[in-house]
Amino acid sequence: MQLKIQYYALMREQAGRSEETLETASVTPADLYGELSTRYGFTLAREQLKVAVNSEFSDWSRRLAAGDAVVFIPPVAGG
Amino acid sequence: MMHFRFTQTAIDTAQARRELLDPGAGGYVSFEGWVRDHNEGQEVTRLEYEAFQELAVKEGERIVAEALRRFPVKHALCIHRVGSLDLTDMAVWVGVSSVHRGEAFDACRFIIDEVKHRVPIWKKEHYRSGDSGWVNCERCAAAPRHAHEHDQEHHHHDEPAASHT
Repeated sequence: MQLKIQYYALMREQAGRSEETLETASVTPADLYGELSTRYGFTLAREQLKVAVNSEFSDWSRRLAAGDAVVFIPPVAGG
Repeated sequence: MMHFRFTQTAIDTAQARRELLDPGAGGYVSFEGWVRDHNEGQEVTRLEYEAFQELAVKEGERIVAEALRRFPVKHALCIHRVGSLDLTDMAVWVGVSSVHRGEAFDACRFIIDEVKHRVPIWKKEHYRSGDSGWVNCERCAAAPRHAHEHDQEHHHHDEPAASHT
């Protein structure tokens, strides 16, 4: 299944890109984070992140569908 | 809607304030967040702000809508700047107008506190030493490696892929 991933802040720097289209067997955002952590060596643990699917906050165990846009959200620091 | 927005350039507070004017309002409270020259013992020279704008605007709108429900105020607006900011630049502005001042102070405080905690915005500090770091990310990223007890707990929780069932 093909997914679109966008990266921000620390994760953008660690992935070395701001977005990509990915062919993956990952079923959930949790699986996907495991897969991408292995590839890019993300330093943040999943417990420190939130995840968004199609521009809305999502559960880590949601079943992803082809074409979904996934964004991992590191600890925020606005203001 | 349109109670929360981003700008790439300096926040126009005169314009923002005008959007809150109301013949029934007896006053208005605003908060400005500025770039300061130090954080957690480091000398800061400038900041870069970055946002996941699609979701950030939705979450920002939800926060202001919550404030309007919780506090009997007339109008509220929050504007956040993104991009590279220098010392003393304004990073965020919140304004609230209301019949009486008490609820305007409360709503303004509520909005800035929630925005800092919930809206997907990140800031990278650049230090006099030449180093830089993403606020709330670099330190906590290092933490699990040192705090072994906590690390173990989290990993045990994490391992069963409950999501597959």
